[in-house]
Amino acid sequence: MKLTVRDLAHCRAGDKGHAVNISVIAYDSAGYDRLARELTEERVMAAFTALADGPVTRYDLPKVKAFNFVIEHLRGGGVTATAALDIHGKSLSSLMLTIALPGNEPS
Amino acid sequence: MAKSSVRIGAGAGFAGDRWEPAIELIERAGIDYIVFECLAERTIARETLTRRQNPSAGYNPRLENRMAEVLPACARHGVRLVTSQGAANPLGAARKTCEIASAAGIQDLRCAVLLGDDVTELVSAQPDLRLLETGDPVESIVPRIAAANAYLGADGVRDALTTGAQVVMTGRVADPSLFIGPMLHELGWSYDNYGVLGQASAAGHLLECAGQVTGGYFADPGVKDVRALARLGFPFAEIGADGTVVIGKVEEAGGRVDVQTCTEQLIYEVHDPTAYVTPDCVLDMTGISLRASGRDRVAIEGAVARPRTPTYKVSIGYLDGYLGEGQLSYGGPNAVARARLAGEVVRERLKQRGLHYDELRVELIGIDSLHGSADNRPEPYEVRLRVVGRTPNRRAAEEIGWEVETLYTNGPSGGAGDLRQVREVLAVQSVLLPRELVKTRVEMVGPL
Repeated sequence: MKLTVRDLAHCRAGDKGHAVNISVIAYDSAGYDRLARELTEERVMAAFTALADGPVTRYDLPKVKAFNFVIEHLRGGGVTATAALDIHGKSLSSLMLTIALPGNEPS
Repeated sequence: MAKSSVRIGAGAGFAGDRWEPAIELIERAGIDYIVFECLAERTIARETLTRRQNPSAGYNPRLENRMAEVLPACARHGVRLVTSQGAANPLGAARKTCEIASAAGIQDLRCAVLLGDDVTELVSAQPDLRLLETGDPVESIVPRIAAANAYLGADGVRDALTTGAQVVMTGRVADPSLFIGPMLHELGWSYDNYGVLGQASAAGHLLECAGQVTGGYFADPGVKDVRALARLGFPFAEIGADGTVVIGKVEEAGGRVDVQTCTEQLIYEVHDPTAYVTPDCVLDMTGISLRASGRDRVAIEGAVARPRTPTYKVSIGYLDGYLGEGQLSYGGPNAVARARLAGEVVRERLKQRGLHYDELRVELIGIDSLHGSADNRPEPYEVRLRVVGRTPNRRAAEEIGWEVETLYTNGPSGGAGDLRQVREVLAVQSVLLPRELVKTRVEMVGPL
């Protein structure tokens, strides 16, 4: 079984106009350290290529064991208004949770 | 005389929010203020269009019901109310509020109305201003502008409170600023006291979406459980004159306030956490730590403010064509294949009829409508076809729903439960306006 973000963290997505921000909040310090190494901007961009042109920027908030990912240029409908069902991108936190990390789950 | 602390409740996190938790806060949390934040990005532009049809409307459509329930509780407990329910018509909203107060037997209720956020004329008169999102000049959208509103700061809210009015009614004010206004007023802080504005902004930011910090938008059953979500309480903050901040909820209310819920809300709708720009300051969140300080109590520490920018952010709402949509469901054996065929048929028929769209999405709710398609997802038992197109032409938009409906007799077997709709699109872009161009003022509306 691959370890996913959901095993280590919880997430919330928010609307930033043409971008979406998704927090990734580790349950503990070990999870934070592992996510800091493995949940790179490239890995997140790869999971969102069908939905956004990017770039993806990661901001680190170690004091609250969290990361803020800002994913820019969500596709569909130009800059400011989209035909998508999820017009704000709020459901995208759940896609973040599915991202698999390179290592295996410890048994 | 300045107080040593003030307690402020969040009564709403968006225009249509519930108000039972607000009444619970007023009655049981010992709060001094209740703040109803009721404006999303497009709300004012949409209410401006409503006001064009009916000049006495244009404020929050739930205001009448909400105020009728909330004002008597505020009067009984001596709680002052601050709200952005004024939307595109703060004066009209204030008059309606005074009318509701009289009808409820509340004597002498006065509303202080904060005006000046509506900069539609100012922006329209500066065609060379650059839109932040596209870089195009404002000129490119001027004929289609519905409304342009500046995000006003906490100083305007403080000025309105100085009048002694029980209710402060506003249009566009930055969400945290609605909460910082009462802090400035009660704690004797100067508007340039950046030593406390960071903590104040963090408190306002955590409160602005109400239930989202007390366990709303949080539950993932079995993983992140929330007690009594149906009875979700709203938050309050206790802010000390020295800048201490504690977030809490009423003990009997459902939900939870802990480091996890507060962290999710801290980073909500944030871009660069070292520079969260509000009209009051530039907040650096990266020094913030959150500490459980009791049951359903979280202390916020370490927020740092840098001086405010010389500009106000202005949101411009403008008309940007139409979205036409049709939906139809398929269930049982081969449901996905039948729904996909239906989608192809609609796309082909729209083309045959010479209808063109700037964007046409054909997707299956249950498969690929939220996160796009992926190979490894199981096929669901039932799916819902969704066809949606964007066009400047209203009739072309309407035809999408009609075309989906014809699948009943002209499409694959077993389609059911059609829906069609057309929406006029309100797009939003932003500009920055020098502060000195935006003139705010406070107007009083007395007992009616």
